[in-house]
Amino acid sequence: MATSGAQTSGEYISHHLHNLHVGQGFWSLHLDTLIVSGLLGLLAFGGMMLLARKASSGIPTGAQNCVEMVVSLVNDQVKDTFHAKSDLVTPLAITIFVWVFLMNAMDLIPVDFLPLVASSAGVDYLKVVPTTDPNLTFGMSIAVFFIMIGMNLKFKGVRGLLKEALTVPFGKYLFPVNLLFRIIEDLAKPISLALRLFGNMYAGEMVFILLAVWMGASYWWVPAGVLLSLAWALFHILIITLQAFVFMMLTVVYMSMAAESH
Amino acid sequence: MNINATLLGQALWFALFIWLTMKYVWPPLQKAMQDRQKQIADGLAAGEKGRQELAAAAEKVSQELKKTKEQAMEIISQAEKRSGELVEEAKNQAKVEGERIVRAAKSEIDQEVNRAKEQLRAQVAALALAGAERILQKEINATAHGDMLKRLESELG
Repeated sequence: MATSGAQTSGEYISHHLHNLHVGQGFWSLHLDTLIVSGLLGLLAFGGMMLLARKASSGIPTGAQNCVEMVVSLVNDQVKDTFHAKSDLVTPLAITIFVWVFLMNAMDLIPVDFLPLVASSAGVDYLKVVPTTDPNLTFGMSIAVFFIMIGMNLKFKGVRGLLKEALTVPFGKYLFPVNLLFRIIEDLAKPISLALRLFGNMYAGEMVFILLAVWMGASYWWVPAGVLLSLAWALFHILIITLQAFVFMMLTVVYMSMAAESH
Repeated sequence: MNINATLLGQALWFALFIWLTMKYVWPPLQKAMQDRQKQIADGLAAGEKGRQELAAAAEKVSQELKKTKEQAMEIISQAEKRSGELVEEAKNQAKVEGERIVRAAKSEIDQEVNRAKEQLRAQVAALALAGAERILQKEINATAHGDMLKRLESELG
């Protein structure tokens, strides 16, 4: 697999971890991340949109049944956790779960498959799993962070939010400490969300790449490598779903913390 | 870790997809699911109602049956009683009728006897007269001896 050309293992690995990008410095774009995630999202949400348009209240069949199962799973979680009234939280949770799950699932496609297709089409670099790009995970978690602040303002108002930030948990006389704690707490939320997803997916992808390198070293290793890759892929199905679920669940929890007074 | 403008692009994608879900995916699906839930609940309630109605109907039917049976029993017992009465009545009537016939026959017999007696008396009186005439060789004046004859007649009665 990795024997094409005169690549060393190091080159092979770094090639796989390199994004297809345009531009310089901060103002550059990872086209692969943007395109893969965008296509997946458009496919998933466009499909769900078409399906929802002709959703019937009769016996659900095929795709509608599948989508309803996912959607009602998410909705049940939201109902258990988020008790205030909001039209945003359930759609937000559905979006996160479905999208993150699909992007993570790209990890199950054999590591070299899409990059080979892309390179034969003249594209040199392709990092297939968008969630291994911290830009994506931070993009999502920062969006969640802003929605969370909006939620705070909507349910508590500026005055309520300030009061809470200044007086909880140690009372009004220790307001600098309270404020500091609050800032750290709220900043930790998007960072932990983004890094958790990125770390898990990056590590998982790394294992696949290393297995591919190992198999490339000698044909002797191929059977064992295939078995191990399969085993890791099976285990990874769990991680993929779990990470999507965790991202969604924590988002809902943050929203409910924002909507309710401490 | 190579943070760049991709982050902003991803946030835009994310916002777009949230908007799509909020606007076009979740509301119709939620409505369909709620409608279905309501339909199922209604169906179950209707089923339960039907079951109860069936049970009530069965109960009513058995009650009606019981009542009808009781009525039938009552009618039968009444009919038996009535037939007994009829037989008894008929017996009584027959008895009365029999007695009446016997009485009528008896009275007829008595009348016949009386008539025969009257005839006999008359004949006896005539015979006595004729006998006396022969004996006396003399005509007896019937009017002159009427009283005596009458006494004789009454003695015979």
